[in-house]
Amino acid sequence: MLRTTPFHSRTAPLCQAHNWRRWAGYITAGSYELTHEREYYAIRNSAALFDVSPLFKYEICGRDAVRILDRVVTRDVSRCEVHQVLYTTWCDAAGKVMDDGTLVRLEESRFRLTSAEPNLRWLQDNAFGMDVEIVDVSDSLGALSLQGPNSRAILGSATDGAVDGLGFFRATMARVGGVAVTVTRTGYSGDLGYEIWVDPADAPRLWDSLMEVGKAHGITPAGILALDLGRIEAGLVLLDVDYVPAHRAVIEDRKSSPFELGLGWTVKLGKEGFVGRAALIEEKQRGPEWEIRGLEVSWESLEAVYAKVGLPPQLPSTAWRASVPVYREGRQVGYATSGCWSPILKKYIALVHLKAEHADPGTDVHMEVTVEHHRRQAAAQVVETPFFNPERKRSTP
Amino acid sequence: MTAANRYDAIVIGGGHNGLVNAAYLARAGKRVVVLEKRHVLGGAAVTEEIFAGFKYSVCSYVVSLLRPEIIRDLDLPRHGLEILPLESTFTPLPDNDYLVRWADHDQTRRELYRHSPRDADAYDDFGKLMYQLAVAVRPILSMIPPDPTSMSPKDLIGFAKLAGHFRGLGEEQFHALFKLMTMSSADYLDEWFETEALKATMSASGIIGTFLGPRSPGTAYVLLHHYMGEIDGAMRAWGFARGGTGEVSESIARAARSFGAEIRMEAGVEQVIVKNGTAVGVALENGDELRAPVVVSALDPKRTFLQLVEDKDLPDDFVSAIKRFKIRGSSGKVNLALGELPNFTSLPGEGPHLRGAMSISPSVDYLERAYDDAKYGAFSKRPYMDIILPSMIDPGMAPPGKHVMSIFVQYAPSDLEGGWDETKREAFGDAVIDTLAQHAPNLPGAILHRQVLTPWDIDRDMGLTDGNIFHGELTLHQLFSMRPVAGWADFTTPVRNYFQCGSGTHPGGGITGASGRLAALKILGEQP
Repeated sequence: MLRTTPFHSRTAPLCQAHNWRRWAGYITAGSYELTHEREYYAIRNSAALFDVSPLFKYEICGRDAVRILDRVVTRDVSRCEVHQVLYTTWCDAAGKVMDDGTLVRLEESRFRLTSAEPNLRWLQDNAFGMDVEIVDVSDSLGALSLQGPNSRAILGSATDGAVDGLGFFRATMARVGGVAVTVTRTGYSGDLGYEIWVDPADAPRLWDSLMEVGKAHGITPAGILALDLGRIEAGLVLLDVDYVPAHRAVIEDRKSSPFELGLGWTVKLGKEGFVGRAALIEEKQRGPEWEIRGLEVSWESLEAVYAKVGLPPQLPSTAWRASVPVYREGRQVGYATSGCWSPILKKYIALVHLKAEHADPGTDVHMEVTVEHHRRQAAAQVVETPFFNPERKRSTP
Repeated sequence: MTAANRYDAIVIGGGHNGLVNAAYLARAGKRVVVLEKRHVLGGAAVTEEIFAGFKYSVCSYVVSLLRPEIIRDLDLPRHGLEILPLESTFTPLPDNDYLVRWADHDQTRRELYRHSPRDADAYDDFGKLMYQLAVAVRPILSMIPPDPTSMSPKDLIGFAKLAGHFRGLGEEQFHALFKLMTMSSADYLDEWFETEALKATMSASGIIGTFLGPRSPGTAYVLLHHYMGEIDGAMRAWGFARGGTGEVSESIARAARSFGAEIRMEAGVEQVIVKNGTAVGVALENGDELRAPVVVSALDPKRTFLQLVEDKDLPDDFVSAIKRFKIRGSSGKVNLALGELPNFTSLPGEGPHLRGAMSISPSVDYLERAYDDAKYGAFSKRPYMDIILPSMIDPGMAPPGKHVMSIFVQYAPSDLEGGWDETKREAFGDAVIDTLAQHAPNLPGAILHRQVLTPWDIDRDMGLTDGNIFHGELTLHQLFSMRPVAGWADFTTPVRNYFQCGSGTHPGGGITGASGRLAALKILGEQP
């Protein structure tokens, strides 16, 4: 049996679509309603409530907590303030990305790290000889993500204003409906949003309180399908979809460095002695072989290839996760790994891995599209990500 | 000599390798006859209804490494081969706990995590590394082993190919391969895991069919063979043959017949007829003589060279080498007809764990102690067992509602102190049932019929010398260019036109068919 999350007693009755999806050994809703569209618009228009409990979560406590984390992750943890959150990657010795996640400094020497894959052994092995305890809290911590322009109003009323002044990538302790929670201003939607971390025993009460308070603000339980659209618009990469974690890659070519995933900004090469540093310094000097970019497919071109068979452009209704060849002047120069029709931008967009020499924004390329069982190519342009980046995401009143 | 007794090739032994060999030769247009001593085809890969209504896969009980190219070339599915999934491995533990590795990754992870969170992480890393190594090593299974002392272009090309397979390995993989070649399976697994039951159950695949314990160096390499099966597992080449293991042999036989091969049953061979150092035919036990310019033995090396051919026709050093070839039997088999399913105390009920393998391997110490008994000439009082319930996978194996249980048991030494007899055989059977009853107390009361096979029985009934299930131990000094004897690993023998194609030749071990196929290609002068 796959496991259910601490919110299952609340999410199950709402899941009209019954399209449960597997996530790290748990099931979560693909969408609650029969179509995911309203759930997507909640992210951009009101507030979407996601159950993100299946994330792997580790607590790192003790005198050497900063030391072990600075050894493992690419960000500079010594400069992380208490109640600050860092988005970071971590790499193997060859500087290839193993995972990415958020790291919150809960206390002076207590951190919590989220990840997409299990990392307990990796953290423990790197902590050899250090005065630090690494605890897997994946099962002992439920998590909700409240994303959208109304999320501040909802969480503000639910917490008596505790999050009103909470800055982007900051954390605070709060109470929601009598339940103690940690709130971080983080998310995977590219919008204003928060993640709320709770003891599993209190999870149903947290859900109920948020739904109650949020009702007036259009709170909408939302599933993975809606979130996938949001994260592509935000240009956020997804492990196992946009990249293969280094320690799972059967062949070298499947591995990526942070520079190749557009995450070079998380690599603090000035920091001494972290795993992969030597390789990353070398790569930085050499320049990465690949770059990840956005791709905007030309509507006119799409219309033209479909017009040849007498059809209007057929757009994907959900995000696709596949490897789609991308060409420049007839030669394959990369591959797209995620794509969707962006409902808010009214554009067909994709995340694409391009050989570095073809990755300049503005470069004209072609993406493969299958039109009536035949492979065709639609013109597209290389762009910077994020595709969608509202002011409200980072701003604090 | 009538024309009816003249052939292009005679294959001695209707085991699966003999049948594969005959099928390939017949497919190439040769007039081939297979001579099987018993009334049933398959050698150690047979299904027999020893107790009315219950079908036993008497010896070999799972298909692991049957070469995909053989399945394709002989179109075995069309000839009835159907391999059903055998997905989980359940290890009951003495403290009323258990360990199961399921087909599903998440489910297995959750179960391993229950025993050790670190092992749950390590298992994926281990699996990836072994997969990478298996990918590199696997092509060797389909190579005719080159002679390392030869400077002939053919042998040099062989070694160049071999080097090519290893060149793709990274540093980490190469070091791991080195360790696998030299370490014991227990030591190797100790570097990765801390859960005893996991280490024991995994290390058991390194000792099956070998007279060694999990702490004996050299056993780690056999772990890798297991993973090669997993790669082909994607094509479902690993599992349980519908109708029992005999159906593997029968489907190959049907393929062989479709190409025109003739198969004679109850046709034991007395002797290979050798004239001037050249094999020209065989004399049957019934006095008949058959002639052919090619004679192939699918029997084990001892029988192939020490029984079928006279010493005078072979070089002395070759005879000595064959005599030294290690072929100690280490295992036995117990087949049961059951009125009801076993009910395991640690995981009661008729759950999905009964559809996979059940392994009695609670700890490495347990396995090593079982080996200690055997080292000094006794059968294990508390043996290692690899169990399946074929009727849970294929209901046709037993009458409705009833079951058959196949129990592979190790150790049962071929040279038991004082020798095997019927009393000792049944005492061995009792030890097996008694051990199993500790995990499933209802088992003894559920037994309707029991068949116990010791190495003594396997030698006598199936014609496997000393009951060694692999026609010779799968230890490093008896693999590849050394199997069965250095200089004669390319399926030829010192007798001209006399070839070998049994499991005692490369790659050997399990139902692979590779030996039979490679020998046929050698005879036909084709490249694998």
